[in-house]
Amino acid sequence: MSRVTLLSLQILVAVVALALWQFLTSVPVFGKILLPPFFFSNPVDVFSQIVNWFYTGVIWKHLAITLWESILAFVIGSAAGILVGFWFARQPRVAAVFDPYVKMANALPRVVLAPIFALWFGLGVWSKVALGVTLVFFIVFFNVYQGVKEVPTTVLDNGRMLGMSERQLMRHVYWPSALSWMFSSLHTSVGFAVVGAVVGEYLGAAAGLGYLIQQAEGTFDVGGVFAGMFVLSAFVILIDMAVTVVEKRLLVWRPTVAPRD
Amino acid sequence: MTGPTAVALDNATVAFRLADGRVYTAVEQANLAVAHGEFVAIVGPTGCGKSTLLNVAAGLLKPAAGTARIFDKQLSGLNRDAGYLFQADALFPWKTAIDNVAIGLEIRGTPRAEALARAQKWLGSVGLGAFANRYPHMLSGGQRKRVALAQVLIRDPKILLMDEPFGPLDAQTRQIMGNLLLELWTADRKAVLFVTHDLEEAIALADRVVIMSAGPGARIIGDWRIALPRPRDISEIRMEKDFHALHREIWSVLKDEVMKGYVQSSQAGAA
Repeated sequence: MSRVTLLSLQILVAVVALALWQFLTSVPVFGKILLPPFFFSNPVDVFSQIVNWFYTGVIWKHLAITLWESILAFVIGSAAGILVGFWFARQPRVAAVFDPYVKMANALPRVVLAPIFALWFGLGVWSKVALGVTLVFFIVFFNVYQGVKEVPTTVLDNGRMLGMSERQLMRHVYWPSALSWMFSSLHTSVGFAVVGAVVGEYLGAAAGLGYLIQQAEGTFDVGGVFAGMFVLSAFVILIDMAVTVVEKRLLVWRPTVAPRD
Repeated sequence: MTGPTAVALDNATVAFRLADGRVYTAVEQANLAVAHGEFVAIVGPTGCGKSTLLNVAAGLLKPAAGTARIFDKQLSGLNRDAGYLFQADALFPWKTAIDNVAIGLEIRGTPRAEALARAQKWLGSVGLGAFANRYPHMLSGGQRKRVALAQVLIRDPKILLMDEPFGPLDAQTRQIMGNLLLELWTADRKAVLFVTHDLEEAIALADRVVIMSAGPGARIIGDWRIALPRPRDISEIRMEKDFHALHREIWSVLKDEVMKGYVQSSQAGAA
């Protein structure tokens, strides 16, 4: 399939879906409107809501808050994950002792922590960051742990035979290997940072995309809920594209990501 | 033999504890000496413990009994005089070819600019001058071996340990690599311990060919001096009469061990 055909088919899907949505919410079929606008809104209303948000500029504040929370959650969660991942991988005894608790903590659905974090950190930015950190931490932690553990013995022996000290092995062998594993899960961890922020906002906040959606829902403004969802997915897609660019630069040495020549 | 002994294994026995608690003796009482500047090849059937012996000389493995001496000093810890060329890919995949070669100097404290300049020269010596900025995955298997060779040689080790380094390569590339190795080796005659399962390769390259018996408890069962003239061309030398005579003689001993090793490994596979 050529690029043009593919793109036009992709656009066609959106057009058909939107048309169907508009049709079913506004034109009676057999004397009955199948999707009552009160529950399903309609594309025109949703679109005008989005335009209104951007036109009046109210959306920027919420976008900025959500972005800031996501960034903080990602940075703090990654730093902690790298630190603990390295520590556990280099100290198998520590890892063995903590193993059941790590599994337990990771098994817990993080949403249930949101009320506690709201109590501890208030309704501001930090309770959302805390929620995002608990999500990001485990992904980065597991990947770094694996990355340090999975350095091929031959590469390690080669480093030793070339005269590397433990510190040099850390810098030239373990660290790049761990980072490559972490980067390969960059999409997931960045995505989870956003999830943490939005879910946190939804459950109690004064600003952010999650708050916006929650507010609309509270006033039975279904159009507002859909508008918030569309803005949120566009936001996530943009972040994901940025991650792809970063990833391509960081993992040039990887056969799967680097362009073939 | 001339000069001091670069590598000496005295009654070296290597044993491993298996997962089920039994002890597996890979090599039993091996005695081997490599003189300074000598090229020794170890040949033996698959799984006889040739690589094990090499790892003892490298200090990566401690013998259960016996000793390894390097330039008349007992080896404890890693062998700092040796460069090791591995069978599997051992390059750092996250470093470019030139960084892979330069690293051996950099960790020793050589300034980066100087290390890079010398690495570029070594890449030239192995015929990869134009591939300095490629990552290992962008190179062919033979090219990766060349980088690995430069990576080891740039540190100018007194001893070169090679574990079936050309094993994964195709026949033509192996011959080209063999000639490259001989060319580089002739320049400053390091002591070389070269492990291979290919008798022809061993005879074509080495000053001495050592034969090991089939494992477990492999022993050194033969030691031939290869008096073929140097410089040699790996592909030409195989046509010569003396080569054939030596090959026939050594193969008559090796053949039985290869058969034994084959029977054992197929039994182990069936069990």
